[in-house]
Amino acid sequence: MLRQVEGSKAVADAVAACKPEVICAYPISPQTHIVEGLSKLVKDGTLQHCEFINVESEFAAMSVAIGASATGARTYTATASQGLLFMAEAIYNASGLGLPIVMTVANRAIGGPINIWNDHSDSMSQRDCGWLQLYAENNQEAADLHIQAYRIAEEMSIPVMVCMDGFILTHAYEQVDIPTTEEVSEFLPPFKPRQVLDPMDPVSIGAMVGPESFTEVKYLAHQRMIDSIAKIEEVADDFEKQFGRKTGGLLRSYRTEGAETIVLALGSVIGTLKDVVDELDLDGYSIGLVGLTSFRPFPFEAVRTALLGAKRVIILEKAFSTGTGGIVTQDVARAIEGLGLEDLTLIAGLGGRPITIASLRSYLVEAMDDQVERLTFLDLETETVTRELVKERALQ
Amino acid sequence: MDKPYAITLSVGSSLANHTGSWRVEHPEYVDRMPPCNKACPAGENVQNWLYMAEDGSYEQAWRALIKENPFPAIMGRVCYHPCQTVCNRGFLDEAVGINSVERFLGDHALEKGWKIDPPAEETGLAILVIGAGPAGLSAAYHLRRMGHQVVIRDATHSPGGMMRYGIPKYRLPREILDAEINRIREMGIIFQLDTRVDDVHDALEEGFDAVFMSIGAQLSKRTFIPAGESSRILEAIKVLRDFEDGERPLLGRKVVVYGGGNTAMDVARTAKRLGAEDAIIVYRRTRDKAPANDAEMEEALEEGILIKWLSTVKYVGEDNLMIEKMALDETGFPQPTGEFETLEADSLILALGQEVDFSLLGNDVDLDVVSGLMDVDGTMMTSHPGIFAGGDMVDGDRTVTTSIGHGKKAAKYIDAWLNDTKLESKKEKTPVSFEELNTWYYTDAPHAVRERLDATRRVNDFSEIVQGLDESTALYEARRCMSCGNCFECDNCFGVCPDNAIKKLGPGLGFEIDMDYCKGCGICVTECPASAMVMVSDL
Amino acid sequence: MSVTQIKFYQVGSFAVGNRLLRDDERSVQSDPDRTNALTSGHRACQGCGEALGARYALDAAMRATGDQLIAVNATGCLEVFSTPYPESSWRVAWLHSLFGNAPAVATGVAAALRAKGNHTTRVVAQGGDGATVDIGLGALSGMFERNDDVLYICYDNEAYMNTGVQRSGATPPAARTATTQSVGDHPGNLFGQGKYLPKIAMAHEIPYVATATIADLRDLEAKVERAMTYHGARYLHILVPCPLGWGSASCDTIKIARLATQSGLFPVFEAVNGEMITSSKIRKKVAVDEYLKLQSRYAHLFSPQRNNEVIDHLQRIADRNIARYELMEE
Repeated sequence: MLRQVEGSKAVADAVAACKPEVICAYPISPQTHIVEGLSKLVKDGTLQHCEFINVESEFAAMSVAIGASATGARTYTATASQGLLFMAEAIYNASGLGLPIVMTVANRAIGGPINIWNDHSDSMSQRDCGWLQLYAENNQEAADLHIQAYRIAEEMSIPVMVCMDGFILTHAYEQVDIPTTEEVSEFLPPFKPRQVLDPMDPVSIGAMVGPESFTEVKYLAHQRMIDSIAKIEEVADDFEKQFGRKTGGLLRSYRTEGAETIVLALGSVIGTLKDVVDELDLDGYSIGLVGLTSFRPFPFEAVRTALLGAKRVIILEKAFSTGTGGIVTQDVARAIEGLGLEDLTLIAGLGGRPITIASLRSYLVEAMDDQVERLTFLDLETETVTRELVKERALQ
Repeated sequence: MDKPYAITLSVGSSLANHTGSWRVEHPEYVDRMPPCNKACPAGENVQNWLYMAEDGSYEQAWRALIKENPFPAIMGRVCYHPCQTVCNRGFLDEAVGINSVERFLGDHALEKGWKIDPPAEETGLAILVIGAGPAGLSAAYHLRRMGHQVVIRDATHSPGGMMRYGIPKYRLPREILDAEINRIREMGIIFQLDTRVDDVHDALEEGFDAVFMSIGAQLSKRTFIPAGESSRILEAIKVLRDFEDGERPLLGRKVVVYGGGNTAMDVARTAKRLGAEDAIIVYRRTRDKAPANDAEMEEALEEGILIKWLSTVKYVGEDNLMIEKMALDETGFPQPTGEFETLEADSLILALGQEVDFSLLGNDVDLDVVSGLMDVDGTMMTSHPGIFAGGDMVDGDRTVTTSIGHGKKAAKYIDAWLNDTKLESKKEKTPVSFEELNTWYYTDAPHAVRERLDATRRVNDFSEIVQGLDESTALYEARRCMSCGNCFECDNCFGVCPDNAIKKLGPGLGFEIDMDYCKGCGICVTECPASAMVMVSDL
Repeated sequence: MSVTQIKFYQVGSFAVGNRLLRDDERSVQSDPDRTNALTSGHRACQGCGEALGARYALDAAMRATGDQLIAVNATGCLEVFSTPYPESSWRVAWLHSLFGNAPAVATGVAAALRAKGNHTTRVVAQGGDGATVDIGLGALSGMFERNDDVLYICYDNEAYMNTGVQRSGATPPAARTATTQSVGDHPGNLFGQGKYLPKIAMAHEIPYVATATIADLRDLEAKVERAMTYHGARYLHILVPCPLGWGSASCDTIKIARLATQSGLFPVFEAVNGEMITSSKIRKKVAVDEYLKLQSRYAHLFSPQRNNEVIDHLQRIADRNIARYELMEE
């Protein structure tokens, strides 16, 4: 049903339509509205056969989720930033045990210094933990991704993080078509766990695995992650068939045919980039855009195919590896090995700094003119950093 | 369920890991010697029949008991229960009332009319038992169980020996005595009463394959005491025997008994029942030296009998006698003080000890008498092959129980001698001490006390003084047994093994150590209440 | 002289079983068909008190719940020695959580059961003293505050045993551990105010809190059974001596637990909704020395001679417990 709603509410309603059985979350900006929305639905009886647990920390939130999922319940939680880190130990446990939990990460910068605004440093910090990471471009996709995520997770026995930019998406009002519970039931069958805690058929879940078998366990997880690439596409196709729109999937290309330069990005900035690309194309530039939905597993084949033919790829990242450079860039570079493509990294939007069309345009024009460094921080206050660097280096 | 590789395991898959390989020692179940068993002169397996009585299996318990001792109802009334003296429970609260339970079983058996089957097969051999006292009856019983033909000859009119002619009715009712003796008679033992044996060798010529002599010590020890012409001086044994035979000996109103043993007590108490106003016991030494049993003495005192310690009788007159006070010298020996006292006395009864009448030995010098007792070897055989002896006529405690023990022992050796075999001597087993038990597990429960007739009431008649236990108290009492050294299936070992390495085999079948998993920690041995487990090295 | 009623059978209620009792009067452990929730083949040390405690508690829980039980286990000795791939010695549905989150994971299990309308399956969470009083305290408090329907069992062996006997918040004063060695001016653990979880649990006013030891099996089983009659957060604190960490003979494990209660150092009691309702009376009181001298983690208190100051201090602690928890029969 098409409604003008806050992103968080859209997600809450989409999650509710999936009939989760256990919801647990600890408040942290900017995810709070999602869980508040869900708590109301549970409390007023709209969402039945669902337990809402007010936990005492994010670590507890993921722990409760693990316990619930291991008992065969469809489970949901949400967090961001510091909260994601606080539950890091448990996140690895969830993926290690193959529990199909779906969690919203309302992307927010990780402190110190403390910063409550959007960037991708939180989910990027957990890129190796064995969870799927799907990034929403807009609130429609955010809602849809949760529904698709449950199917992917439960069929693959891998937990999924649905990443949506904090405040930018969570707190934005857009028109969203939120599927009904019945519609979702057609798409998403009840959860049939691969393994479950059942007194009638008891098992011991969570053994200690030693050097002789640990590698194999990890290898199997690795392969399963790779296998989920196909699953992501399959589920997106099914979704399109039933709901009539293309959301989810591995990536989306925009005006990339014959483009000399392709910008690759994740999340809400794709929307801004579309406008910039339209403008630049009108002005005669040869530029296209690839919006990456699935960051984990990284769809090497699909990215390679999408970038084939271009001369230059610019990876816009809302996070980076301190002292090293871009994160997504590294995966992209591997995907385009041997194609003779030049890759440039643009770090933008850290800590919630707005990414303007003007700034983007300015950078892209220079980039297409080979006038930029390999690694650029968009809108960097050079005067300030130069002054500070001089001071710091004098102290060293 | 499709278990993910390595992360999820099937339940109980650890059974593949045989942790038994870790240990350097392991526990074993043992049967150790309980102190009561060791102390019983009749060799009863006390712990065993108590165990059976505990769950109400009285017949089973009784049959186990009579395997060693055919007279539990009698024992329950006359035995001095040395088992109770050494009972480890005494260190916890009070000794188990073994004697009471034995009496209960004995009485219950009589009530139920349980019989002892005659032997299945006859050996064709015949043994003569001379003397139908406890030793003789016991020997006859055991020999009969083994299938031998047994003839008991006794000079008196009724069987029982000192049980009848020495122990008064109020201690041992005659119905009980008769019933238990009849029960063994019904096994096919032949009694020839009023038959005195003048020469034991004749018996051998008669055709008996062996002889067991158990004639007791019938003669009163005498001592010279100056007396007047019409003084009444009687022998305790004779008084008791005459009374048993239906006579009422004339003792007078004031009776003095000379001696400090059980016979002295028995005759003093009988005198009172026969109407004596006063009964005074005079004993040369002090109480701790008096051989009478404590319980007997207590009862006597309660009945109003007075005791003059450290006194000797100097002169017996017609209606009084003179006693001299003694005093202990530095060596603890009583010495005359020269102080005298006159007691009113219508009669003096001597209870100074008993001696054996060896006239039945005939003239054969082949039967050795040492210090007034028949000399026997470790097999109860005299110096004459085939002639055995036991009871009061040989060396040993002069109690019914000891005599019963002699009879059993002699029977075993007679049987072995007849079959020309040697019995293996059993290794001496050290009894379980209190410190070896884990007494935490036994709740405190004092000994149920048998009822006793009011002292005054009981002096007037010969009804049995000490009533028995009823069933619930008997059970209570039996269940206080700590089962020293013997498993009583408390399940402790089964429960305390951290490795679940003990198997419970079922009621009555005990337990088994699962050597695949036992790590040898030893908790089971430490927590066994009865010390019925030990650790044995694996190295 | 009246006939005394038979109140007990030879070994009363202290031994594991008794052939003279009816089946329903015996302990769960005496039953040959007991669950053996923790069965043979596990890798615990010889004489491990925790292995015993876990089997006792879970067998009782299985009996009380009609075998409808799910167990969640924190990281620690119990988890490590019971599930090294490929062997699991558990015979109940079991999930290993992490170190500090067993209460929270158990909350999740309970929530899932409720959501599915399953009101018969019950949940037990278990962890050692380190997992309970230190790293997992937050999660435990959260579970208590929400009154989630979980029975949390703490197996207290008074240190981080699995990692090599390091001090935890539950390590008693003067005890030697790898991080409170018996050297220096104040050998062993320092005298602090302790972190007594049973009272912390009572402060949360949860339906049921109890302490127990492996030395009194009947009491432990009764408490587990009783705990299962309540719904909501429940806490059971079980003392489980560790021969390795405490430096005691492997055969003395139960004896030492017994001495802990009989000296007053470990009070055994129950509390409902934050108020103490019963305490187990001391049967045979002993001085703390009897308990301490069997453990070499206290050896420095007796050699070269008895350290009167420290031992007397420990005795005062024991005496205070006796008064506070009413451990002596009037």
